Amino acid sequence: MTLIQLAGVHKHYGDFHALKGIDLDIRQGEFFSLLGPSGCGKTTLLRVIAGFEGVSEGSVSIDGRDMRGVGANHRPTNMVFQSYAIFPHLSVGENVGFGLRRDPRPREDKAKAVDEALEMVGLSGYGKRAAHALSGGQRQRVALARALILKPKVLLLDEPLSALDKKIREQMQVELIKLQREVGITFILVTHDQEEALVMSDRIAVMFEGEIGQMDDPETLYRRPNSRRVAGFIGMMNFLPATIGQKVSQMKSRPAPPPGPDNRGLLQRLKDIGRVVPPAPKALPEYETGIEVKVAGLGRCIVPPEQIPDRVGQGETIVGIRPETLSILFEGETTQRNIAEAVVDEVVYYGDMTYYDVRVAGVEKPLTISMKNLIGRPVLDVGVRTRVAWDERSLVILGS
Amino acid sequence: MSDEARRGLFLVSPPFLYAILLLAVPVVTIILYSFWTDGYLEVVPDLTLENYTESLTDPLIRQLLVRSVGVAMAVTAATVLLAFPIAYYISFHVRPERKSLWLFLITIPFWTSYLIRVALWKVILGYNGVANSVLDLLGFSQEPVLFFGAVVGQVFEPVTWFNLSIPAIVITLSHAYAPFAILPIFVALEKIDRSLGEASRDLGDGPLMTFWRVTLPLAVPGVVAAVLIVFIPTIGDYVTPAVVGGDKNPMIANFVYISFLKLDNYPQGAALAMLSMLAVTLIALVFLWLNRRWLRVGR
Repeated sequence: MTLIQLAGVHKHYGDFHALKGIDLDIRQGEFFSLLGPSGCGKTTLLRVIAGFEGVSEGSVSIDGRDMRGVGANHRPTNMVFQSYAIFPHLSVGENVGFGLRRDPRPREDKAKAVDEALEMVGLSGYGKRAAHALSGGQRQRVALARALILKPKVLLLDEPLSALDKKIREQMQVELIKLQREVGITFILVTHDQEEALVMSDRIAVMFEGEIGQMDDPETLYRRPNSRRVAGFIGMMNFLPATIGQKVSQMKSRPAPPPGPDNRGLLQRLKDIGRVVPPAPKALPEYETGIEVKVAGLGRCIVPPEQIPDRVGQGETIVGIRPETLSILFEGETTQRNIAEAVVDEVVYYGDMTYYDVRVAGVEKPLTISMKNLIGRPVLDVGVRTRVAWDERSLVILGS
Repeated sequence: MSDEARRGLFLVSPPFLYAILLLAVPVVTIILYSFWTDGYLEVVPDLTLENYTESLTDPLIRQLLVRSVGVAMAVTAATVLLAFPIAYYISFHVRPERKSLWLFLITIPFWTSYLIRVALWKVILGYNGVANSVLDLLGFSQEPVLFFGAVVGQVFEPVTWFNLSIPAIVITLSHAYAPFAILPIFVALEKIDRSLGEASRDLGDGPLMTFWRVTLPLAVPGVVAAVLIVFIPTIGDYVTPAVVGGDKNPMIANFVYISFLKLDNYPQGAALAMLSMLAVTLIALVFLWLNRRWLRVGR
């Protein structure tokens, strides 16, 4: 069920065109993220939904009600501010109960609701404390409790985790996901952190310069970005020039390669926390026909037609390939996949992973490859000749 | 004594001596005078409380004390109430790059001497002044001029409501101290995180409730500072009552002046000075306590 509907929303600040025709449907109970670099309009969009900013053009409706002329104080939305905006002159309990002023319930019931809200965010017994004495993580919990106690239809979160350090941030990500499942309220998160968006969201809208570049679930967004800027913003991506050729028939099909140990990374992390259900390993389809693609530096391959977006025709194009879908072939290893010769240009060791930059013939920029550091696998030195295994299924055809 | 301590003492001593000579010595002198006895052309160092008991029992002096405190309270209330909307407007509605210009404009009256500003108010409020003349034109002058009990033609006495009156003192002082109230309130308002107002709106409060529940409580430190800054000097103001209040409405400072220089009664003047200081101290303490309560420090 659609809860929030934005149609053709434009926002001008003087000469600055902050939002350029946003169309958006957000479903009831969804964890939706607005992702983009700073200045892309994601916060403006959130403030438009909250009612802090009017729209120059277009319409916003929440729960089937047009929000034109409805102020922030009359909308079924509540917000967790980037600075948390905890009232410094009030206690924690008074902060949490701030929005209950017009609640007709008796005082004791309100006090109970405050206690329950504090318990929900793990701050039982903090009600009497002074708000200005809290740590960053605690402030955020108070801000959450203060918003959720009002049982909004939509909770808006404006970069709520950006002020926290890494450990607490990752912990809060998991807690927020759990909380959202528990309360069943629609969450809209604004973030510039692509990993945060991928980990937490059901759906993500990637924004650039006031427009939505792509709107999809995390896996599609990661696997099938629809443009070079989306591909470059989410995760790491190697970009290579390529030529799309004719439709060809390929009689022979190769047996499916064993599931590679090297295809781990962010997607695996998503699977680990249950965000993405791993697809059953499937045998390589026996292509009857395919389209010939020549990738600079890697070589020729045949890709199934459905992998090429309709907007991309024959001729010059750009393809993307993720570092974790490439692999170094170490001494004695064999593969069913395509192989290209390469020279190691740079090695960055991360402990669990090693990132290699390798040079392949005919491409100016080195390719980045990430390899899991499995037992017995060496770390190569700079200048070593090696082979790179790649797969046409991991090619993302982006168009020029 | 270590070398460093000696050097520190050396650096501190000039201002310290200055402070002792110009602050501590005069205050102690006044305290001593207030407990001594008035003699003929001299002060007799016999300890007595008579100066205080007389000050507090003499109906004339009591009236002056009450008038001083009353005028100071009225001035403080008027100044702070008028200053708050101005400070609020500058802080919340003036564009950031224009704010310093506004503050600059507010200080312009200070470019002329205090005495001249007070004297100019006399032009507005005095006999046949602007305010009274306007009231005249509006037909407020009702009392016919009497000559030996008989009405003399259609000549009317001009209105003199503002001439040499307590309201004139209050108006003049409120104008004089306005910037001292605007600035601390402005600073307190500037320090308020703007997202707090948005949070209040987001949690369901309209603009008035947001002001009442968020903006005003957070502006209290500025208001308290403004109250003290205005109240303390106005209770002992000497020039304004003398110029726009005339001889009819002296305040305590004017009587201190008379005691010292006209009546040659130093102990009486000293006791009155001490009493007005006491009043200031009491009221300052009350406001500091209010401030602390409101901000819940230590909770």
